[in-house]
Amino acid sequence: MADKNNLIVYCEFEDGKVADVSLELLTKGRQLADRLGVKLEAVVVGDNLKDIEKQIFPFGVDTVYKVEDKRLYPYTSLPHSSILINLFKEIEPQIAFMGATSIGRDLGPRVSSSLHSGLTADCTALEIGDYTDTRENKEFKDLLYQIRPAFGGNIVATIVNPECRPQMATVREGVMKKEVKDSNYTGKVVDLDVNKYTSPEDFVVDIIDRHVEKSKVNLKGSPIIVAGGYGVGSKENFELLEQLADTLGAEVGASRAAVDAGWIDHDRQIGQTGVTVRPKVYIACGISGQIQHIAGMQDSSLIISINTDPDAPINQIADYVITGSMEEVVPKLIKYYKKNSK
Amino acid sequence: MGLNIIVLAKQVPDTRNVGKDAMKADGTVNRAALPAIFNPEDLNALEQALKLKEMYPGSKVTVLTMGPARAAEIVREGLYRGADWGVVLSDRAFAGSDTLATSYALSAALRKLGKADIIIGGRQAIDGDTAQVGPQVAEKLGLPQVTYAEDIISAEDGKVTVKRRIESGVETVTAPLPAVVTVNGSAAPCRPRNAKAVQKYKYAAVPSEVAGDEKKKEMLEKRPYLVIGEWTANDVDADLAQCGLAGSPTKVKQIENIVFVAKEARKVEAEDAALEDFIKELIANHTIG
Repeated sequence: MADKNNLIVYCEFEDGKVADVSLELLTKGRQLADRLGVKLEAVVVGDNLKDIEKQIFPFGVDTVYKVEDKRLYPYTSLPHSSILINLFKEIEPQIAFMGATSIGRDLGPRVSSSLHSGLTADCTALEIGDYTDTRENKEFKDLLYQIRPAFGGNIVATIVNPECRPQMATVREGVMKKEVKDSNYTGKVVDLDVNKYTSPEDFVVDIIDRHVEKSKVNLKGSPIIVAGGYGVGSKENFELLEQLADTLGAEVGASRAAVDAGWIDHDRQIGQTGVTVRPKVYIACGISGQIQHIAGMQDSSLIISINTDPDAPINQIADYVITGSMEEVVPKLIKYYKKNSK
Repeated sequence: MGLNIIVLAKQVPDTRNVGKDAMKADGTVNRAALPAIFNPEDLNALEQALKLKEMYPGSKVTVLTMGPARAAEIVREGLYRGADWGVVLSDRAFAGSDTLATSYALSAALRKLGKADIIIGGRQAIDGDTAQVGPQVAEKLGLPQVTYAEDIISAEDGKVTVKRRIESGVETVTAPLPAVVTVNGSAAPCRPRNAKAVQKYKYAAVPSEVAGDEKKKEMLEKRPYLVIGEWTANDVDADLAQCGLAGSPTKVKQIENIVFVAKEARKVEAEDAALEDFIKELIANHTIG
């Protein structure tokens, strides 16, 4: 295993299927690996991994590391961390990605702490570029730019890890695009012995109960989204948005401010720290348009903004701007849709 | 048997409902315009700690925070709600810390605090949203971690039982103590202040807050329980090479206040005729319906 300095993605899976977020990261990883002239690698840790590489290779993966053991599924922090820590010490990847999921956000920091490598959470863009450390007057070539909104989404920061490896980042599902490189692409599989990469003390956390609750909210799959922000003003006014959504066959989404205000459930949050959506129509009601929200909806095909503030930042990216209060405008939209749709 | 419980908390600028004055013209954050608050999920963590304190009489809850002396405000808030003591880890050497340098400093302070049975923090802070410090502290102390906790069901017989809420559903796990647990915002909200505790701890302070005020200084000397710990890097034997900017592998290359490339937006008047025409148009071109 002398092959070092590559780009690696930790792949999650459930029910034998590799998670979309992992495949999206492999797609981005392939682009960046090409830019750097290095290999793309993947690591899968769990149980029942037979043929899992067949789902992974088409994304242009050169090596799949597999660690299979029934104790490795469902995920627990310690054995998965030990495996990555020991594997990374051996193959010294320059870049490592994982999904910004409850697994990746549990695993990434533990691994980065042990290896003393930098980790940036919830990135919205990943690029390769140079960096000059003006303090030390040092030049660094081809670093990973980890780009993310910061400070509650009011600014965008570009983070680099000049000295430490791997450069680690987590990304949420739906942020990057998933694209098969070549359905016939194939690489090698390396099976790793779980006992070489973990110790018995890693298996001290027991999962005594686990029930899967699939979210009823399907923001990602909805062609129309009616989203509300802080300007909606109350829980009651969110019911107006629900009526509009029902009328249009849409899902209701929200900005972080509205979720934090307690007007709507967290699983409807759109943005950097919520869901990323690309619907046909996005109706933003009382949403000012912080960067962290825009990051999660800017690729919508058509954006309609309803806001009392004609200078709300979201109006900059909107296709249609209705200046007015949502309390007045939304019932009218419902009324005229019902009147004209049949 | 009582537990020694430590709560990790952070004072954060309230980034949730920022107005237009939150950013200065040069694109930097106008901290002065943002109130400093107890990080919301750290309050959920405090509640779990106070609940355990009630379940296991004789337990002690200590609030540990890193920040300027002003962060003593959240330690006082913790005392008002039922915590027993607190420490502010404060040193210029910690300035510019990323999550790794922060967790290094906190783990040094936790070592100095002595053997804890359970360390509880919020899942993440609203000014960074990284959720990294909890797991990194656990790793640095060689302890197991349980993240995304919604309820700490019990902490006895050397193990903690925790209900976690993750994307795919709900999990109940057990981990050996001592352990680090990070708590979700979906957990029980923190209890309000207790009037007696407010009375008792009203004048609690870190020493630097009362510097130059002889009366207050005297009061702290007379009533040691009012003294909130104020520790420097030196006090916790921290290696300066691992603190602050020097100890942070991540560097900020650039910060931008993004200006959107304006599209040519069409304005629709918020009155009946215009809205009806607009809806008709969207139906006609199959955008909706």
